[in-house]
Amino acid sequence: MLAITAGGVVVWAVWVIAGFACLASGLAVVSFTNPFYSALALIGNLGSLAVLYLLLSAEFVAAAQVLVYAGAVMVMFLFVTAYVGPRHEPPWAGGPSWKTLAAVLAAGAIFVEIIVAIGLTAGGRLRTSPEVGSVFGSPAWIGRLFLTDHLLAFEITSIVLLVAAIGGVILGSHTRRAVRGEMG
Amino acid sequence: MLLGPGVVWYLGIAAFLFATGAFGVLVRRNPLIVLLSLEIMLNGANLALIAFSRHAGNGAGQIFALSVMAVAAAEVCVGLGLVVAIHRRRLALDVDALSELRG
Repeated sequence: MLAITAGGVVVWAVWVIAGFACLASGLAVVSFTNPFYSALALIGNLGSLAVLYLLLSAEFVAAAQVLVYAGAVMVMFLFVTAYVGPRHEPPWAGGPSWKTLAAVLAAGAIFVEIIVAIGLTAGGRLRTSPEVGSVFGSPAWIGRLFLTDHLLAFEITSIVLLVAAIGGVILGSHTRRAVRGEMG
Repeated sequence: MLLGPGVVWYLGIAAFLFATGAFGVLVRRNPLIVLLSLEIMLNGANLALIAFSRHAGNGAGQIFALSVMAVAAAEVCVGLGLVVAIHRRRLALDVDALSELRG
């Protein structure tokens, strides 16, 4: 019993640290003026989310989050930010305008709506979660699910990625031709 | 038993992340930061999916989260391609100025 309590305390501590880091870096992404710093803050956000995924026993998703998101996607982001060059755009230039106010209201409304929906529909039922085996969230289990029950989603994902790659190539080559045409 | 905080707390974090991302998409004008805010919204949804997957003891939520990751990678690919294209044409990187789709 004592061991379970001690484990619970450790999990609570890790959750508080990771959750706070997650919320703080999310706010930092939105409020930094330099996109480069925003991208770096998003890497911190993704890392703390991976910790939360680990607490929810989703090991493979946490690993994929760090490898794919914080690794590949964010490196691409940082490259493009460096290519475009530094540009400082203060998020609230010229004081609080009606646009900023409306955005705050809309975001607050979304937040309150989700919280109310969670509280109303499933307040009591969400209190206890069932026990899951150690295989839950492991790569072998995810792989078996992907190749049996969710095979269609797996195949469609490959087509989506292929189309996005083709779209990126076409966007790049098209603008290169257009820019050359304007110059020549 | 799920050690530590219950699923509701994870859902609260997910809701806050989604609202933060929505605020960023609405208020920022740099397309790069709009894309980053979109990523925050997608990650909030992912956290909710994984929390529900753990709560139900069912793998479909994790599969969905992995698919969302792939779609986010595709979205970043096309979005960054557009940003580079805009930069090559020496247009202003401002989503308010880029309101029409004419080349």
